[in-house]
Amino acid sequence: MSFIRKYIFSLDHKVIGKQYYGLALVAALVGMVLSWLMRIHLGWTNFAIPGLHFLSANGAPGNVMTPEFYLQLMTMHATIMVFFVLTTAPFAAFGNYFLPIQVGAEDMPFPHFNMMSFWVTFVGFVVLVASFFVGDGPTLGGWTQYAPLSAVGAIGGPGEGTGVVLWATSIAIFCVGQLLGSLNFITTTLDMRTRGMSLWRLPLTAWGWFITSCMGLTAFAVLMPACILLILDHVAGTSFFVPSNLVISDQLQPHSGGSTLLWQHLFWFFGHPEVYIAIVPGMGIVSHVLITNMRKPMLSHRVLIYSMGALAVLSYMVYGHHMFVSGMNPISSLAFSFPTLLITIPSTIIVLIWLGSLYGAKLRINTATLFALGFISMFISGGVSGFFLAQPSIDIMLHATYFVVGHFHMVMGVAAMFGIFAGTYFWFPKMFGRMMNETLGKVHFWCSFVGTYAIFMPFHYLGMAGNVRRYQAFVVDYMHPFIPVHRFITVAALFTGASQLIFLYNLIHSRFWGVPATDNPWQGTSLEWSTPTTPPPHNNFGDKLPEVYHDPYQYGVESTVGDYVMQASPEKVKSAHEEA
Amino acid sequence: MAKVFAVTIIVITILSAIPVVLHTWWLAPDISTHGGPIDEQMSETMAEAGISFLASQIILALFIWRFSNPRPGEKIRNLPGGAPGLVAAAIMLVGAEVIALGIFGVKAWANVYFTPPQANAMPVQVQAGQFAFYFRYPGPDGKFGPLHPEMISETSQNVFGLDVDHDPDSKDDIVTAEMAIPINREIHLLMHSKDVGHSFFVPELRIQQDFVPGLDLSVHFTATKTGRYEIVCTQLCGLGHYNMRAFLSVMSQEDFDSWLKKQAAMQ
Amino acid sequence: MSRDPAAEISPNLFGLDQANGLKPINNNPPARQPEANNEASAARGQETKFMKTRCKYRFAPAFSVLLLLSFVAVSWNAKVDAAATGKITGTIKLTGTPPHQKTIDMSKEPFCAKEHAANPVTTEGVVAGPNGGLKWVVVYISEGLDPASANQVPSVTPTFDQKNCQYIPHVMAVDVNQHFKVVNSDPHSHNIHPLPAPGGPNHEWNKSQPQGAPPIDTAWTAPEVAIHVKCNIHPWMSGYMAVVKGPSAISDENGSYTLDNVPPGNYTLTAWQETYGAQTQKVTVGAGATAKADFTYRAK
Repeated sequence: MSFIRKYIFSLDHKVIGKQYYGLALVAALVGMVLSWLMRIHLGWTNFAIPGLHFLSANGAPGNVMTPEFYLQLMTMHATIMVFFVLTTAPFAAFGNYFLPIQVGAEDMPFPHFNMMSFWVTFVGFVVLVASFFVGDGPTLGGWTQYAPLSAVGAIGGPGEGTGVVLWATSIAIFCVGQLLGSLNFITTTLDMRTRGMSLWRLPLTAWGWFITSCMGLTAFAVLMPACILLILDHVAGTSFFVPSNLVISDQLQPHSGGSTLLWQHLFWFFGHPEVYIAIVPGMGIVSHVLITNMRKPMLSHRVLIYSMGALAVLSYMVYGHHMFVSGMNPISSLAFSFPTLLITIPSTIIVLIWLGSLYGAKLRINTATLFALGFISMFISGGVSGFFLAQPSIDIMLHATYFVVGHFHMVMGVAAMFGIFAGTYFWFPKMFGRMMNETLGKVHFWCSFVGTYAIFMPFHYLGMAGNVRRYQAFVVDYMHPFIPVHRFITVAALFTGASQLIFLYNLIHSRFWGVPATDNPWQGTSLEWSTPTTPPPHNNFGDKLPEVYHDPYQYGVESTVGDYVMQASPEKVKSAHEEA
Repeated sequence: MAKVFAVTIIVITILSAIPVVLHTWWLAPDISTHGGPIDEQMSETMAEAGISFLASQIILALFIWRFSNPRPGEKIRNLPGGAPGLVAAAIMLVGAEVIALGIFGVKAWANVYFTPPQANAMPVQVQAGQFAFYFRYPGPDGKFGPLHPEMISETSQNVFGLDVDHDPDSKDDIVTAEMAIPINREIHLLMHSKDVGHSFFVPELRIQQDFVPGLDLSVHFTATKTGRYEIVCTQLCGLGHYNMRAFLSVMSQEDFDSWLKKQAAMQ
Repeated sequence: MSRDPAAEISPNLFGLDQANGLKPINNNPPARQPEANNEASAARGQETKFMKTRCKYRFAPAFSVLLLLSFVAVSWNAKVDAAATGKITGTIKLTGTPPHQKTIDMSKEPFCAKEHAANPVTTEGVVAGPNGGLKWVVVYISEGLDPASANQVPSVTPTFDQKNCQYIPHVMAVDVNQHFKVVNSDPHSHNIHPLPAPGGPNHEWNKSQPQGAPPIDTAWTAPEVAIHVKCNIHPWMSGYMAVVKGPSAISDENGSYTLDNVPPGNYTLTAWQETYGAQTQKVTVGAGATAKADFTYRAK
């Protein structure tokens, strides 16, 4: 097989998974650097950042960031992180690699769709980054791209012409990639399970990916037409999102008949499930990693699955909580508020099951475990701030403040990143046949855990005090006292960002010079640890697909190999734990 | 390492709680009549969230401390009550609490949105546009003249697009760049946007409401303390979003009357 | 002789290098070249006639004098040309009551509000002086200027300043392709947004200048009277850039203006004011003379 067929346009889900991981890694680095630039500017607004003018034709005269360039960096930071990191790494990268193996299949049922899904996503990324290099630069309207600012064209401001068209095109392309991927995940889970692998016997990671792909199919299917309508408003003279009688720069705009709230409804109908798409795979990974390192299963496998499913279903009913003060009917605000409050119940159940399962465990502390436990801490912190934001009356004070920014960074940004890290340290040996360096891993963990708390906890206080978000500088009188807090946050952010380079080094170094790994270094039970070689062969299991004899997490038992029995092992188990 | 981790979680938890307990950074003081229930909701939610936060982080830390690095021969155990107990706890402790918060919060929301302004509320119009707020008072005739968007000219400061020559109701309208209101008088704020989405936020007034292009919206409130406050835009509207603010002065009725006269003379 | 300035920088009949003498000086159109050449060729014609009829040595003194005169003419080109070009001057008045200019409330930018606290500024749609003179009127030659004069680009780089949240000057005239600098003298960001006619040859642009940013150095590539300039951040800011070819002037508070260095000729003179629009007049400029052209606008 040529190099191109084997590594570039590969049909092997494992190669595709690694390609997605590589894309997410590059995207994460770009997104992180963008956040550094933002944070430096917020702390020191007129500081001339050396070399900044290379990133923008007009955005950094004398290397001083202009207001629009800050917003452009912010928009790109968010878009890259949400789409190309948080949706890509936990779901597309690890899911593509491990879902077929965990169900006991050779590959996914539609390998060509799978290959296309990666390359389509890659093209989406290229189109997005290309917006840095055109005319006025990228769009500045936030990853939410509210109309009519996003729809009126270049008159709305720098980047609002071509920049928006490129953004919407990139996201529409991304949606296509995700739809293709979701199709594969769903069919793999439902149709490709090996003999003996019932749905309930699937590990929690597989359930996480399956539930996520169901959300992906329905949510991205709404975002894509919304982006197309937005593009049409730009290039075809339509007015889907622009009403009449708008006057911008003293010029009456030619649109009429559109609705600005329509964009918000379409976007958030996708947007809320999207944040669960970002976190549910992480929940699956954290559960999986913890179980393996606790040497006991969760208190109830099915309750966790039902809860993740409930999160997915409820996520479609809550989207209006992003729109409480948007001008939609205030009764609608109450209507959305109650499912939002209700969704705390499955979230709480999941956290309590995790905590409750820790009781009586035999916890092994390694880097993967640390990140999994860190995920739980972060998810708790980020989740409780949701209690506030779920109530419209309190949202009056917290909407569009740093409180919201702190909330979603903790509960989605950092928690999902910790899930990605946990998965990486956990599965790296299986993917590359070598262990990652534990010392470097622990240093990476400590810097990240303390650092992200130092960055994002203060955001909540700033929000309570009324610090409005998406401001490139704090010239408003009552916000002057916040600037020292922002400087503290910037220092923490630069420190935490720098420590991610330790992870990067560890990845690359271990890939080539890491300690060789055995087939099952963590004594895991699920099918990925049963592959005949490490890394797995092209068809995952060699000549014979495995047969599954057990539930996924038989730990704390007495067997010939230790305190666990692998799913594919025909050995009968004494004192097996019953499934709830 | 596990013990250090557990201690770190506790330390971070306590450090996070300190500014909240001390109100180091807290809501701006309330000068509105409807803000009381909102602040109560905030305090109750903070108590509930705070307890949940503290309890769950401490339990996490305790369990990490206790159940890491097991002694050889130690066996795994299950939490008494198992999963059903936890589900029940989740539903009863947390679920019931948040639903209660939601139900009680309806009143705070209703105060703002389901009670119409009184008949004698003073109407003030605010127009949001990239990147400034402008205000209009109806003048002695009590009526606002019609708006003609095609006549808007920021250059000549006809920001509302008034046709003073042909619309008699517009003749006495007073357009200002600052908002002033008399204390203890209900204000009916009529809101519209000239161009893109904006939002009206005065933390002290406990009001935040988006402007929606194409829609005429309104809020109403009463200020109970004199002073000078800032109205800031909270809906990303373009590059000048950070500098989109106007000053709100709450004055005595006499001071307000003379301010309005002075503004009328400057039309 | 050709009118192309480049072609004139070449050795001529008298073996003189005319490059320095013929080089255009600021605002002096190259049209002055025909003056020197006319004299030189006139002198040449005379010389030929004499040589045909008498012994050549008889012409030596006359020839020397002519040579000297031509040399003077060539080397004192500037003086000769300046003397040959004329001016157009005049007054622009507004009859009737000027429309009321609204006071601008800059309270959203406290620094600027404070700077103007003692002397509040008003809108500048119509700025009339105490004697009815109309300020900020652009006066320029819209027809009749020869291409050489029209295409000459002055080398000065005027400054368009953002100071105390106003554009200084309120109206600026520049030549096509003449560089100008946009400067931010305020301690906060401004955003300069010129709005040329949509679909026209000049392109709209929009750039922010934070405090500490370097000046923006740019030029317009096509004539347009006038391009409205706004600041996106401070909506009351309004200015105009009139892009012309050839001499231009902006009237002062007395309504007075003077166009310098106008070559003799018949022209159409245009006055443009942002509220009242354009008016034209025919004007003839003699060599070294000052033509007068007044304009009157009527307040509606």
